Amino acid sequence: MTVTDPILEIRDLSIEYGFGADPVRVLDRVSLTLARGEMLGLAGESGCGKSTLAYGATRLLPPPGVIRSGEVLFHGRNGESYDILTLNDKQLRAARWRDFAIVFQGAMNSLNPVHRVGDQLKDAIKAHNPKAKKAELNDRAAHLLDMVGISTDRLGAYPHQLSGGMRQRVMIATALALEPELLIMDEPTTALDVVMQRQILEEISDLRARLGFSVIFITHDVSLLVEVADRIAIMYAGEIVEQADVEDAYRRPRHPYTKGLLSSFPPLKGPRRELQGIPGSPPDMAHLPRGCRFADRCPFVFDRCRVDNPELSQTAFGRDEPDRLVACHLHNSAERQAAVGVSGATPEVPAALALR
Amino acid sequence: MTVEPAHLTPQEMDPPNSTAGVARGKVDRASQLLFLRNGKVITGLLILAFFTLLAIIGPWVAPYDPDALGEDSVAPPSLQHWFGTANLGQDIFSQVLVGTRSVMFVGFVAGILATLIAVLVGVTAGYLGGAADEGLSLLSNVFLVLPALPLIIVIAGPLDGANSLVVAIVIAITAWAWGARVLRAQTLSHRRRDYVEAARANGESTPRIVLAEILPNLSAIIASSFVGTVTFAILTQVTLAFIGVTGLDQWSWGTVLFNAQSNQALIRGAWWWFVPAGLCIAAVGVALALVNFGIDEFVNPRLRATGKYAKALKKRGVRARVGFTPVDRHEEPSTPVVPASGTVLVTEES
Repeated sequence: MTVTDPILEIRDLSIEYGFGADPVRVLDRVSLTLARGEMLGLAGESGCGKSTLAYGATRLLPPPGVIRSGEVLFHGRNGESYDILTLNDKQLRAARWRDFAIVFQGAMNSLNPVHRVGDQLKDAIKAHNPKAKKAELNDRAAHLLDMVGISTDRLGAYPHQLSGGMRQRVMIATALALEPELLIMDEPTTALDVVMQRQILEEISDLRARLGFSVIFITHDVSLLVEVADRIAIMYAGEIVEQADVEDAYRRPRHPYTKGLLSSFPPLKGPRRELQGIPGSPPDMAHLPRGCRFADRCPFVFDRCRVDNPELSQTAFGRDEPDRLVACHLHNSAERQAAVGVSGATPEVPAALALR
Repeated sequence: MTVEPAHLTPQEMDPPNSTAGVARGKVDRASQLLFLRNGKVITGLLILAFFTLLAIIGPWVAPYDPDALGEDSVAPPSLQHWFGTANLGQDIFSQVLVGTRSVMFVGFVAGILATLIAVLVGVTAGYLGGAADEGLSLLSNVFLVLPALPLIIVIAGPLDGANSLVVAIVIAITAWAWGARVLRAQTLSHRRRDYVEAARANGESTPRIVLAEILPNLSAIIASSFVGTVTFAILTQVTLAFIGVTGLDQWSWGTVLFNAQSNQALIRGAWWWFVPAGLCIAAVGVALALVNFGIDEFVNPRLRATGKYAKALKKRGVRARVGFTPVDRHEEPSTPVVPASGTVLVTEES
């Protein structure tokens, strides 16, 4: 899969938790490319590594997280490129917020309760541009609040005087204060009710269209992603198992796990269908099974899945859908067998995963 | 983000892995004593243990009676008198040895008593709030402005030859207020936190909320306030002995210093008279400060793992910090990783 104008390239990123002799590898050689202006959704169950990927790539992961391999290349608007993992503290501090900003999981609580929201907005700008003039700062802060749909007279308000949704908007405004090229949103709407979720998401889509930044949107709510994202990456047990345009993934899931996730919420349109969960729970990251990590929960499991962990590669319909990647033997074992000569029957791609 | 424990099916549970699981549990229990691995804490505890031992056995192992008069007056250290002799030929080594007991006794008894009062008053005031808080805060504020040393002199002076226990109690009574204030403030911040609300909603009793929920969160403050009070009590005891309040028949490092001072040891050049006692005081103070360094690491579970592997991390050149995840890229970017317990059949790049 090729992206012509990438803004962020994560290559072979591995992350371990634990400083001892026996660390747990929670992210295993994950590669992901984000195109400029794109909104990429990262989805998966709790504990599958979504947040670890985003925080690891920006080096915000708290101890005992350690990055063990890979590179994270950021390609700026003005043509400069750098590997986030090789930046020193000063460069990293400068790059944060200027190049990539983050809206945290509990963003509403990221506001300091004793300072006015306007001052906190200005602080973010001042931290990177200490020489900014007062009037300039005020203008910018007012403009930012206005941009996220909050009346500018709220600049002097304290966080407790704002509702949850408004605080979330303030956090988004703060994240956009320096016009970053990449915005990472870690479950930004989880604590909000559905109406507010909708408004915030529309706000983000709208701002993205106007300002042209890229978004990595992390959520466990796949139905949300289907509505807002351009592309979707499904994670399972520390690996990306499927990557596709959101529409394709929704209509024609190629990985059994994606299929399971998608059939765990009801479609608004189309024929009525039985809701199914995915039986079982994710594997213990400290004692991973030998083969495919999804094998024990997979309805289509066959012998090979127990011994060999599939790699992310083209689907069984590779020529027809060059932009899709899937990590499943059902899709890529045939060519693999041809390549290395492993014998044994490979089942056909099941009908459920072979919609065209 | 947490890694969720999952149910393992039998074929996943290879024998080596399951034993690894058991070992993991053991490591966690051992990690509670991790502060013992910290070099500073070990040093501090060893010094304290040494002086505690001296306090216990000092009077029995002392080579001379500290009051016994000898022949050499103000003699420098020799094989017979390791720390030399005083003006009437008394053995200073024996005086320091015998004096250790009252210093350590007063230090620890006063420290424990003062900490108990501080926890009781501070946590109660902070948790109950309202009138109880007002009253207890007033009480600790009053004790805070009491000038400790004069009060001790006033109380201990008339008690002829005040013994160590009385001195310890008097010191404790004057030294608890600071700790109580700090604990009250911290309790105030904890009592409205969600975990306390949840405990209250659970129907837990007030004593249980205070003792089992809030108190463990205060343990770092309690421990360091204890260490601070012990230091204060030791210095106060030495001071009292030095100015002669505790009675000259009771040996203490302060008594040695008092004798040295009143007999003009410095002018006579008799450094051996005051240097050993002074060094002992300094050593105990340093030891208590060193222990204080390790308390946070011991009490805060989040810091334990980092502390545990501090040496290994240093060797790897990894600095564990919040906000700057360390990068320790040991692998070449494109070698496939062998899963924890298995083999990779296919190794080509896709």
